[in-house]
Amino acid sequence: MATELLIWLIPLPPVLAFFLIVLLTNRNKALSHTVGVGAAFLSWLGSMVVFVRALGVEHLGEHPFVSSVTWLPLGETTDTYFDIGILVDPTGAAVLFFVAWTIFMIFLYSVGYQNFGQPKGDHDQAGLPPHGATVEEHGHRHRVPSVEPMYSRFFAFLGLFAFGMYVLVLSDNLLTLFVGWEIMGLCSYLLIGFWYAKPSAREAGVKAFMTTRVGDVFMLLGVAYLYSATGTLSFREIFTEGVLHTLATVPSGVLGLSAAGLIGLLLFIGAVGKSAQFPLHVWLPDAMEGPTPVSAMIHAATMVSAGVYLVIRMFPLISLDPTTMAIVAFIGAFTALFSATIAVAQNDIKRVLAYSTISQLGFMIAALGIGAYVAAAFHLITHAFFKALLFLGSGSVIHGMEHGVLHTGDHKVDPQDMFNMGGLRKKMPITFWTFLIGGFALSGFPVLTAGFWSKDEILADAFGHGHWAVFITLAVAAFLTAFYTMRQITLTFLGEPRTKEAEHAQETPWTMTVPLVVLAFFAVTAGWVGIPEHFPALGGLIPNWFHEFVGGTLAEHPEAVEFSIWPLLTSLFVALGGLGLGWLVYRNVKTPAEDRLQIPVLKNKYYFDEIYDYLFVKPAYWFAETVIYKFMDQGVIDGFLHSFGPVTDRFGSAIRNYFDLPVINRFFGDGSANVTYWFGGKLRVVQTGRIQQYLMFALVVFIAVGAALYFFLLA
Amino acid sequence: MVPLSWYLIFAAALFSIGLFGVLSRRNAVAILLGVELMLNSVNINLAAFWRYGDVSQMAGQVFAIIVFAVAAAEVAVGLALVISVYRRRNTVVADEINMMKW
Amino acid sequence: MTGEQIIFLLTALFTLGSGVMVVTSRNLIHAALWLVSALFGVAVTYALLDAAFLAVVQVVVYIGAIAILFIFAVMLTRKDMRDQGPQMNTNWWFGALLSVLVFGGLFFLLQGWSGLSRTASPIPPGFDSISELGNALISPDAYVLPFEVASVLLVAALIGAVYVAFNPRSGDTRK
Repeated sequence: MATELLIWLIPLPPVLAFFLIVLLTNRNKALSHTVGVGAAFLSWLGSMVVFVRALGVEHLGEHPFVSSVTWLPLGETTDTYFDIGILVDPTGAAVLFFVAWTIFMIFLYSVGYQNFGQPKGDHDQAGLPPHGATVEEHGHRHRVPSVEPMYSRFFAFLGLFAFGMYVLVLSDNLLTLFVGWEIMGLCSYLLIGFWYAKPSAREAGVKAFMTTRVGDVFMLLGVAYLYSATGTLSFREIFTEGVLHTLATVPSGVLGLSAAGLIGLLLFIGAVGKSAQFPLHVWLPDAMEGPTPVSAMIHAATMVSAGVYLVIRMFPLISLDPTTMAIVAFIGAFTALFSATIAVAQNDIKRVLAYSTISQLGFMIAALGIGAYVAAAFHLITHAFFKALLFLGSGSVIHGMEHGVLHTGDHKVDPQDMFNMGGLRKKMPITFWTFLIGGFALSGFPVLTAGFWSKDEILADAFGHGHWAVFITLAVAAFLTAFYTMRQITLTFLGEPRTKEAEHAQETPWTMTVPLVVLAFFAVTAGWVGIPEHFPALGGLIPNWFHEFVGGTLAEHPEAVEFSIWPLLTSLFVALGGLGLGWLVYRNVKTPAEDRLQIPVLKNKYYFDEIYDYLFVKPAYWFAETVIYKFMDQGVIDGFLHSFGPVTDRFGSAIRNYFDLPVINRFFGDGSANVTYWFGGKLRVVQTGRIQQYLMFALVVFIAVGAALYFFLLA
Repeated sequence: MVPLSWYLIFAAALFSIGLFGVLSRRNAVAILLGVELMLNSVNINLAAFWRYGDVSQMAGQVFAIIVFAVAAAEVAVGLALVISVYRRRNTVVADEINMMKW
Repeated sequence: MTGEQIIFLLTALFTLGSGVMVVTSRNLIHAALWLVSALFGVAVTYALLDAAFLAVVQVVVYIGAIAILFIFAVMLTRKDMRDQGPQMNTNWWFGALLSVLVFGGLFFLLQGWSGLSRTASPIPPGFDSISELGNALISPDAYVLPFEVASVLLVAALIGAVYVAFNPRSGDTRK
């Protein structure tokens, strides 16, 4: 099959699966997940084929896979159309690679996570997480996890989500990219609020949707501005020298930015919303209310990556304006440090990962802000693997803990609180080892893990180009990252079980562990494709393939930074130091009270939710209640409408009293009747009943008419 | 010879006398008497037009005969009505037989 | 002035005078009798017009049947033998006016007619008006249909008259 046609077909299976499940196989859980996972597999297969073929093309950056069709008649002249199409260049191929893998693994993992094959719950209901079922076995009763009531629906939503992501990655223009972007926004709302009977899940869904919407509006503005400025939204047409030069020189009239700068800034705000960067980061930790595969999907593999992917895609445009670049770098670096500090104080296993994600995305954004295009893409890919691994691993831990909770029957124990865990390495070995790999990758454990190479490259770029502030900020953030990761591992897996539930935790089924193993493999090996050439000992053993490949996307091939020992030493220090410190501090911590870092300001995420509540939510409610409802609606509009009633009433009665009654009724209605009555009364005397009078009348008329006829006609 | 005009004027005069009777008499029987005079005047006209036209065309006489029949029928029915009204209303004055007014 | 003209004038005067008496006499029996004389005058007029059959029928049917019928009707509709009160209604003058107008109108119209002064041609020799009339009345080519319709009319009038004049209060005689 031609590669272009294959690329066209890649997004199709998940969306077909969505419609199939929703419309047909909804009632059959096995069939639904077969359709869903099968669709994910087909897309994965297609993506792999495309990826392998892309590897075989020399200078893919100059000759990417492209194909487009005419879509929307523009009407300016007869045959101008808005074209939509697909584009796979080196960056796209690399992103497609990890997207396909993670999506497929998440689909597979979901089968186990949603307890397929388990009995139906005793009192489960749609919209709530399953509560477990009681089964009798060998004469005694015990409780086991129960299957998710809305199992099929979950796979349908995942399918739609995957469709959105594939569309976004494969688009060759901003408009269809935006379409995929918004499909994912909708799906994140649906999936975060999947257990809609939980108020917290509902609110989290709304929050995610509203917050990303803020960014989306700006992004749409950017897209509109870009289209009005250039007349096209196709990447390949925008990223030509002439267009870029025009955009860079035309002033936008806002903040002294060039058109390119303003467009880049607007698009970047969209990415800020989607990738949960400061100040629009607040939705992401709350989004942990969704099922864990959703968290993995949204936070690791796809949706948050979409923001970074957009910035990577638009990098040639954004990099034109130094002001915009500075803003991007600042936001990224600030977010990286800021959310790393919050992550240190979180006890919920998934929330730690959520803030970690925000922090790591900040790394990428910061890297882009300092022009480290390849490093950002590299970190995006490695991060997607190990963060998906960590999320799925945490889901596996939670699942094992839920098993314990069901065993003891104490439902007050939170299976997501790390202080309820401990010693899980013995109960869940596969989960432990894979989580350890993921955690080390996240921390940047030297040489072995992917995270080390990508993070090191970012630091090296920042160092090499002299961005000291960024370098130091990121180094501190990296140190904190290693620290809280080790804290998490220590609290969860090491030591002795702190609760009965942790003692009875259980390893999860193969559908959940296989994805962990696969992702762990990539969490290690994905970094080896990008080892810098001059790295001591290892440099040159494997060529720095990634840099060549992805760097080929840009028109000007970026130079690899000159090797320097300082950033290497820094990353070695922060990774190992953070990990070691984390282990040292937390190995003996038994309860939250012993944790010195439970600082309220960190624990409460710098009170951002409260600040936003006061700044935006409360005023919005006040505005809605007081201004719109009481003043506008009830006062002005209702008052206006209510004044209509009496006015119309008065007008109506005026018409009735002064026109209808006298003119129509009295004059025309009663009048004609009266006239007829009067005439009748006058004429009835003619009807005397006397035959002779009738005859006289007849004769008079006869004579008169006869005479008249005679004189006027005959004479 | 008597000219045609004499007969016609004679018939017109008789007709007018009958008409006066019909219009002016109170008694219903007297009104019918006036009607008889009018019918006879018509018959005179018919006979005169026969005699003064083509004698072999018998239409005038034939219609005169039919008028006789109609007159006989009219008188029979009319007098029967008068008698019937008299029985019910005890009067034959035309002015008082005014049941069919408004 | 020929003898025929004199006879016509006398007959006409007699007839018109009788007619005036018919419509003016206070006594209805007298009026009926004056009608008989008027009808006789008309019969003479028929004879003058060589319509022998009509003259005979006038005498037999009108004077013999209709006039007698009138006299019976007058007698049946009277409470006593005298006619009391006015015999003319209050609008008699208007009736008189109208009658004069009608006569005047007819006279006026007749005057303008060219055939007014024509005279009768003599009856052709051998012309039998009575047999001609009989043939015309029963000939399918001529007037048999009106003749039969007239007979039906007479039967209908006979039955109608009996029905209308029948006195329900006097009861069914067959009872």
